[in-house]
Amino acid sequence: MSEMKTAAYICQGCGIGERLSAKQMAVVAQKEGKMQLVREHAFLCSAEGVQMIRDDIEKEAVTHIMIAACSRRAKTEAFNFPDVTMTRANIREGVIWSQPEGDAAQEIMQEMADDYVRMGCAEIKKMKLPQGTPDKAQNKRILVVGGGISGLTAALESAEAGYEVLIVEKQKALGGWAARLWKRVPAKSPYTDPIDTGIVDLIASVTQHPRIKVYLNATIAQTSGAPGRFLVHIATENGAAATEEVGAIVQASGFTNYDINKLPELGGGKSQNVVDQAGLEQLAIEAARQGQPVRRPSDGGEVSSVAFIQCAGQRDESGKHLPYCSGHCCNTSIKQAMYFKDSNPGIDTVVIYTDLRTPGMGEDFYRSGQNRGVTFTKGMVSEVAAHGNSCTVKFKDIILNEDSSIEADLVVLATGQVPNSGVNIDLAEDAQAEAKPVSILNLTYRQGKDLPQLKHGLTDSHFICFPYETRRTGIYAAGPVRRPMDIAQATEDATGAALKAIQAVENASLGRAAHPRSGDLSFPIVRLEGCTQCKRCTVECPFGAIDEDEKRYPVFNESRCRRCGTCMGACPVRVISFENYSPDSIGNQIKAVDMPDEFSEKPRILVLACENDAYPALDMAGMQRKVYSAFVRVIPVRCLGSVNTVWITDALNGGWDGVMMMGCKHGDDYQCHFIKGSELANYRMGKIDDTLKQLGLETERVTTCAVAITDSARVAQLINDYAAKIQEIGMSPMKGFA
Amino acid sequence: MNELNIKYHNNFLKEVEENIEEGEWIKMCMQCGVCSGSCPLGPYWAHPPQELFMMIRAGKREQVLRSDSMWMCTSCYNCVVRCPRKLPITQIMHGIAAYANNLGMAPKIQPTRDFSILFWKNCTRTGRVNELRLTLGLYFNDGLVAGIKKGWAMRNIGLGLMRAGRLNLFELFKGHECKDQKGIHAMLKKAAEIEQRHKHLTA
Repeated sequence: MSEMKTAAYICQGCGIGERLSAKQMAVVAQKEGKMQLVREHAFLCSAEGVQMIRDDIEKEAVTHIMIAACSRRAKTEAFNFPDVTMTRANIREGVIWSQPEGDAAQEIMQEMADDYVRMGCAEIKKMKLPQGTPDKAQNKRILVVGGGISGLTAALESAEAGYEVLIVEKQKALGGWAARLWKRVPAKSPYTDPIDTGIVDLIASVTQHPRIKVYLNATIAQTSGAPGRFLVHIATENGAAATEEVGAIVQASGFTNYDINKLPELGGGKSQNVVDQAGLEQLAIEAARQGQPVRRPSDGGEVSSVAFIQCAGQRDESGKHLPYCSGHCCNTSIKQAMYFKDSNPGIDTVVIYTDLRTPGMGEDFYRSGQNRGVTFTKGMVSEVAAHGNSCTVKFKDIILNEDSSIEADLVVLATGQVPNSGVNIDLAEDAQAEAKPVSILNLTYRQGKDLPQLKHGLTDSHFICFPYETRRTGIYAAGPVRRPMDIAQATEDATGAALKAIQAVENASLGRAAHPRSGDLSFPIVRLEGCTQCKRCTVECPFGAIDEDEKRYPVFNESRCRRCGTCMGACPVRVISFENYSPDSIGNQIKAVDMPDEFSEKPRILVLACENDAYPALDMAGMQRKVYSAFVRVIPVRCLGSVNTVWITDALNGGWDGVMMMGCKHGDDYQCHFIKGSELANYRMGKIDDTLKQLGLETERVTTCAVAITDSARVAQLINDYAAKIQEIGMSPMKGFA
Repeated sequence: MNELNIKYHNNFLKEVEENIEEGEWIKMCMQCGVCSGSCPLGPYWAHPPQELFMMIRAGKREQVLRSDSMWMCTSCYNCVVRCPRKLPITQIMHGIAAYANNLGMAPKIQPTRDFSILFWKNCTRTGRVNELRLTLGLYFNDGLVAGIKKGWAMRNIGLGLMRAGRLNLFELFKGHECKDQKGIHAMLKKAAEIEQRHKHLTA
């Protein structure tokens, strides 16, 4: 396909033909867009219309097509021509559905449609058909780090799906915390009694599986490479080292219990009769082994009363302990109270809680605990004082609003889960001196050894849309390392992560992007001869895809890349581009519009809309017939992070009166599909004010706003408010110079 | 056992479960407070239902049984309808009140209790409620002078009722009775026996 042959197709269906002059759009495509072939059709997405395009591709050797019809998000099955380069001009949702009917609006609406045709024609000439990255790697083996319930589940699920699996476990045996429980919270109806953990069977199926290889007493000394070709050095305790090649990694490194010794006011470390939940499991296993009820650790005496203290060192607002809720502990305490009630209903068990949280079917389990006579008391514990073989628990009863206390032979503290997430790569080495975390993966990535964290040491992932997907492509976090959870959730999590790992190795073997642009064949191409080694791309890539070579040039690991274009947006010399998405493909559209003069009272506002949330919201605004200003021209971008400031300066120099950028929410509770994109865009635009002042322009001429996919009504309002503001500050003085 | 040792242990809860109708439901309360919030007389209760349940679990026997809170219940059933755990709260309130009364721990001066006793005596005597005697009994509950004053204040309503044939002064002497008084008394005796037996069974 060396020869480019362009074609434009103008659809007249869905009311486009009635509301607009398709003829004029065709003329624009031919005269101004310089399309070699221009056709109109009454119903382009019909079998007949699609066949017409197919025929042109076959007989006329058309290579680049521009379809002016509905939004690029609509009719994707009909307009599916994988062998040619294609772009779409959004005339339906973006013009006729978002503009009022009537003669008064006719002229500016037609101008809008004509501009979208011009932009489409300008873009298509700068696009190429993506060929897929040459960084294709064929290893499909999956490495699972951690042999607890999450790791074992991920391993077994992957192996059952037909993939080779490697488990690396630090301890001398598989099973993790689940193997240290006497029983688990029920996962099946009727959700009333503690059940067997099932870990023995799970371990057996894993160790006997022909496709699973297990390394015990082993850690990861180094991980390098990319999806489909990770090279992992495994260090075992006896000094032996092994090197294995794998395609994807599931990190199920689990959690550590919050140190009970940090809670001396609750008796932690002060008395043998004060234990954490893991400690009680140990007592229960020991007792079951001897065929006896649980005995008091201090003197082996009979236990007649037990107090369970919820949220011990959790949900702490003072900053001393864990600020979050670990989710499983309420159910766990109910389960442990049942251990006692089931062995002897005469044992008094009191659960002191502030909010009892029993997710899932835990409500039935809670009721079952109440039915057994477990006492639940809403209270805040201030102190646990151990004396002799008994403990006094002092607390404030929140319901009765009084200070109270109880005596208990055994006190169980429900401490939380601390994720084993390794090194926090966003902190300087010396800032971490106190905690001395040990790296889990020891990645050779330029950006750091471990998975990036968001809050409280939990690994970062797009919480809403892509929970298992960390910020390192091909590496998936499962279980409590990602967020605190119980066995049922960890099992589900591990299954999801295993499926994602499989998706990653399959995509990597075909040279395609993994999520969220799954299947995308385009990849960043860098013109190294223009590179100034500024390192912005290597630093800003949210996924750590870019390393540096010895000469400090960026090395793009395409299969680690998510194709967001953040590097393209970052590059000050614009040497990074994709085959079908580049500084030119957008820049050309910005330059292609027909710019009315200063006295026309027709301002032009450029909207760069994130295609994940803002663009669909705009489409939905059209579907709901929300009317917005006809002076805007919307260009979808892969992510706001891919917006290069050159587009902004080009637009302002070209006489555009305002630039509006719509992206996802950023910050700690970000919704950006590429994690850092909208944040980076905001940061970059924060610096554009000086440029604007130099140009003698008002700073309001460039604005960014956060738009969620549900904001269909708000997005029209945002546009109209901004258009009113532009009207107020007046037309740009830059018109006519470009 | 000293007080500290029985606090928040199940002793009093067990006593309540054994002796109060529907008392076995109390442990199922999840302390959401919907009952207290739904009660139209809520502000007048010293301890709304949710709190009473917690006090029972906390082993506050004296405070619960001597309280006048459960006597405030007017049987509107708002709480029963709304309780997410489906506790028969109204029945439990009456159960606690009856148990306290039987133990002689109920507050001595409590209008609901006074009226209940008056009503029970009135209707079990002949098997029928004698409205005139019930009303007058209530008027003279606080003494002779108070009774005359209340009667005087209500004279117009009384006269109106008489004129409409809804009130007969001769009711004061005998009044209508049910046909088989002996049968009614035998039934009530039997019911008391069954109640006793039921409690022993669950004990």
